[in-house]
Amino acid sequence: MRQPDPAALLPLPEAVFHILLAVAGEDRHGYAIIQDVAARTGGEIKLSPGTLYRSIQRMLEQGLIVEPRERPEPELDDERRRYYRITPLGRAAAEAEAGRLAQLVRMARRRGFAPGKA
Amino acid sequence: MLAGLLLRLYPASFRAEYGDEIARIFGERRRRAANPLEAVALWGGFIADTVTAAVPAHLDILRQDLTYTGRALRRSSGFTATALAVVALGIGATTAAFSIADYLLLRPLPFPEPGRLVKLWEDDARQGYNFLDPAPGNYHDWKTMSHSFTGVEAYSTLSANLAGDTSPERLDGAAMTSGVLGLLGAAPALGRTFSAADDSPGAPGVVILSDGLWRRRYGADPGVLGRTVRLDDEPYTVIGIMPPGFAFPARNIEFWKTERFTEDDFTQRDNYYLRVLARLAPGVTLESAREEMRAIGARLERAWPKENRGIGVRISTLRDDVAQRPRRLVMVLAAAALCVLLIGCANLAGLLLARATARRREFAVRTAIGAGRERLVRQLLTESVVLALGGGVFGIALAAAALPLLAKLAPPVLPVAQAPSLDPRVLGFAVALSLVTGIGFGVAPALRACSATRLDGLREGMRAGGGRRERLRGALVIAEVTVSIVLLVSSGLLLRALMRLRDENPGFRAEGILTLRTALPMPRYAVTSTRFQFYRQVLDGARAIPGVTGAAYTSFLPMLPMGGIFPVELPGRDRASGLHSAMLRVVSPGYFDAMGIALRMGRDVSDSDTLKAPFTAVVSEKFARQYWPGENPLGRHFGFAFFDRVVVGVVADIRARGLERASEPQVYLPYQQIPDGYMTFHAPKDLVVRSTLPAAALLPELRRIVAAADPAQPISDVLPLSALVEAETAPRAIEVRVMGGFAAAALLLAAVGLHGLLLFTVTLRRQEIGVRMALGAVPGDILWMVLGSGARLALAGAVCGSALAYAAGRAIESLLAGVSPADAGVWTAATVLCAGMTLVGSALPAIRAARVDPAGAIRSD
Repeated sequence: MRQPDPAALLPLPEAVFHILLAVAGEDRHGYAIIQDVAARTGGEIKLSPGTLYRSIQRMLEQGLIVEPRERPEPELDDERRRYYRITPLGRAAAEAEAGRLAQLVRMARRRGFAPGKA
Repeated sequence: MLAGLLLRLYPASFRAEYGDEIARIFGERRRRAANPLEAVALWGGFIADTVTAAVPAHLDILRQDLTYTGRALRRSSGFTATALAVVALGIGATTAAFSIADYLLLRPLPFPEPGRLVKLWEDDARQGYNFLDPAPGNYHDWKTMSHSFTGVEAYSTLSANLAGDTSPERLDGAAMTSGVLGLLGAAPALGRTFSAADDSPGAPGVVILSDGLWRRRYGADPGVLGRTVRLDDEPYTVIGIMPPGFAFPARNIEFWKTERFTEDDFTQRDNYYLRVLARLAPGVTLESAREEMRAIGARLERAWPKENRGIGVRISTLRDDVAQRPRRLVMVLAAAALCVLLIGCANLAGLLLARATARRREFAVRTAIGAGRERLVRQLLTESVVLALGGGVFGIALAAAALPLLAKLAPPVLPVAQAPSLDPRVLGFAVALSLVTGIGFGVAPALRACSATRLDGLREGMRAGGGRRERLRGALVIAEVTVSIVLLVSSGLLLRALMRLRDENPGFRAEGILTLRTALPMPRYAVTSTRFQFYRQVLDGARAIPGVTGAAYTSFLPMLPMGGIFPVELPGRDRASGLHSAMLRVVSPGYFDAMGIALRMGRDVSDSDTLKAPFTAVVSEKFARQYWPGENPLGRHFGFAFFDRVVVGVVADIRARGLERASEPQVYLPYQQIPDGYMTFHAPKDLVVRSTLPAAALLPELRRIVAAADPAQPISDVLPLSALVEAETAPRAIEVRVMGGFAAAALLLAAVGLHGLLLFTVTLRRQEIGVRMALGAVPGDILWMVLGSGARLALAGAVCGSALAYAAGRAIESLLAGVSPADAGVWTAATVLCAGMTLVGSALPAIRAARVDPAGAIRSD
C-alpha cells in the first residue's frame, strides 16, 4: 500500500494535533490523553469525550495512530482500556503541522505581529 | 442509565467501539466532582458534547454511504435506471392525483375559519332534489328565525354587459346582500365594502370590482374608485377593488353588486334562484344547526302548506360544495394513482431483493472484515432512499408535465382564485412519499440480505437466492399483475362509456352551427316589440350572408345548465303531484330547421304568433306522448308559463340536459308571445347560425350585423355548437386519458417486474438448465419452461385481478353511463393486453435460457 503524503492531511484539526502530541511519547488510553492535553495547555484545552473519540476514529482510519497489540507494563495496565500509539505517518503529520505553524509565526513576526522576541 | 440513553444518539458502530470508554471517562469525572453543582455542570457538558459529536458522526457515515452508493449505482446503471423509472412513475402519478385532490377536497378555503362557513339549501326530498336553490321568502324566514349563525346572507350569480367607458364587455358577476363579504371575512383592498344602506331598494347602485378586472380593464388605476360604470345599462358607482386572491363564489366572477329585496320578494316561495351562505355561531356545531333548521323547516311547511309542501332545509359546508361527480372522479384518480405507486413500490422491492441476493457475497466479505449488521442495513437503506428520492424528482417532473391536463378535471366552482398547481404542500407530499417508499420498501430487502449474511455467502458455488426469496418476489409480481388488471379494466370501462356517449344522438345536428350570445340588457329591452326589432334585424342580416342556410334565436342553447323548468297545467290533472313539468325554450321561427331538430307534426312557430294571436306552443314528442298518449296532440290546450297555450306542432325530443342525463319533455314558445316585462330571463339571447362558412369568416359578418342593430350590444360566448356537445364528454375524455395513462404505466411496470424476476431466476438456474439440456432437453423445451413460469405468475395475478376489477367496476358504475362492469369487449381487450404483457415480459429471459450453453453452464462452478 502506498504511503499517504502527510502534507495532504494539513492543516490538522487542533484536537488531532494535540492527540498526536499526547501519544508521541508513550501509548495512552483516552482518559490519559484528555488529562495530558489539559496538563500541557494549563487546563486551557479540555477535550470532551465525544470530540476525542470522533477524532480517534478518524485518525485510525487515516493511519495516524494504531491500537497496539502488546499492552503496557502489567502494573500500569488497565486491561479494560484501549491504548493508542502514534504511527510513522502520524509522526510525519505532526512534524509537518508543526513546521506549517512555525512558518506562519515567522511570517507574522516579520510583519511585527508576533509576540515575544521581534 | 441516562448516560446509556444519551450514548444511543451515536451511530451503533461508533457506540460499539467507543461507548464504554466515553461512559468510563464520564464516570471518572463525576467521581471527582467536588460538589453537586459541579456534577450538574458535568451532566450539562456531557449532554452538549454527545449531541454535538453524534451529529457529525452520523454525517460522516452518511457521507461514506452516499459515496459508496454513488459508486454502486453507477456500476449497475441498468438497475439504477429501472429503479428510478419505476419510482418516478409511481410518485409522478400519485403527486399529480394528490395535487388535484388537495385542490378540490383538502386545501382550506382562503377565508378565516372556513370550516364554519355553510350553505343552506331547500331540500325537496320528495322529488329527489336535495340541494335546491332557496327562494327569497324562505331565505328571509331562515334569517329571521334561526339562532345558530352569526349571519345568514344571500347571493346569486349573474352576467351583465359592462359599458360606459371603453368597449362593451360581457362579464360574470355576483349579486350579494351587504353582509356576505363580512361573513367571509373578506374586505376590499381598495375602497370600501358594501354597507347595509347599499342593499336597500332604491339606493344608488354600487359595484366592487375584482382585482383581475381592475388590472385588465382599468390598468390598475386607483382613480376608478368613485367612477360610474354601466352594468346592463344601469349606472353603478365603483366603491371598491377586492384583493387578488378573492374569488367568490367562483373563479370566474369579476364584479359584485348588491342583491336587493323588496317586501314583495319575500313573499316568493317558488322562485328558486338564491344561494344562502351562513357562518356557524361560536360554540354551535353543524349538528345542532341542522337540528334547529329541521325544526324551522317543519314550522315553515306548516305555515305555507302549499308552497313549502315537503320542503326541508339542508346544510352543507362550503368545502363540500364540490359536486359529487368531480369528487368521485378525484377519488377514482387517487385510487388509480395509488395503485400505480403500489406497483412501483412492489417493483422497487423486487429489484432491491434481487440486487441484495446477487450482492450476498459482497456483504459477506464486508461482514468478514468487520462491518456490523447495522452498518450494512444502513448502507442498503441509504441506497434505497437515494433511489426513491431520485425517482421522486423525476416523478415530480412527470407530475408537473401532467398537471395542465389534470387541472382541466377540476371544475372552477370553488371560491379559490388559483388553478391546481404544484405548490409546496404538494411537493412536500411528493418528497415524504418518496422517503416512505425508499425506507418502507428498502427495509425488508436490507434486513433479508443481512440476516442471511454469514460466512456461507463466501462459499463458492453456492446458489445465490433461496426458494423463499423467489416466492416473495413471485408474490410481488402477482400483486403487480393484479393491480394492473384492475386499472386496465377500469380505464377500459371508462373508455367504453366515453365511446357510448359520443355515439349518443343529442336530437339535433351540431355540426356546421356557430352560436353566440347577445344578452339584451333589461329594462331597455323589457318591451317585447323592442326585442323583436333587434332579433329581426340580426336574423335577416345573418340569413342574407351567402353560405348561411339557417339562423334563429333561442332563450338558451341545449346542454346549458339553465333554461327553466315550468309546471304544466292540464284541466282535470293534479298540479301538485310535481311530476308534470317541462323544459321551456323561447325560440324564433326557423330554430328547428337551423338546429336540425325534426318536425314530426304540425308547424313551426311563426312570425304571425304575436301577442294579439292565440298563444301557441310546439312540444316535443315525449311531451305529446305523456299528456295525450295515442291521441292527436295538435289543437290541445295546456297551461304553461303563466298562460294557456295551444299545441301547433310536435318536434323530436332532444337531450336538453346533456348526454348523460334524462331530460324533461320540451315546450317551445314563439318569441313574440311573451308579454312585456314577463320572463325577461327567458328572452332569447343565443343566436344559432347554420352555414358552410368557417367561423373565422362568419364571425366578423355577424359582429357587423349585431353592431348595426345596437352598437352598445356586446357579443359573448362565441362557439361552435359541436364544442358544446364535445364539452359534455370532454371531462370524460380527460379521465380516460389519465386512467389510460395510469393503466399503461401499471402494465409497463408489471412487465418490468415479470421480466426482472424471470431474468433473475434464469441466471440463477443456469446450471440446472445446462444439466437439463445435457440430459436431452432441446432449447424449445427450455423456452416453454420459462414462458410457462411467466404465464403461471401472470395467470395467478389475472385471476385475483379479475375479481378485484369487477368489484372496482361496480364501485365506479355511476361513472360508466350505463356500460356494464362485465362488458365483454373491455374484458377481452384486458385479457389480450395482459397476455401481451406476459409475453413481452417473459420473451427475453426465455430466449436467454434457451441459449444457455450446457457445457459452459455445468463447468462454470
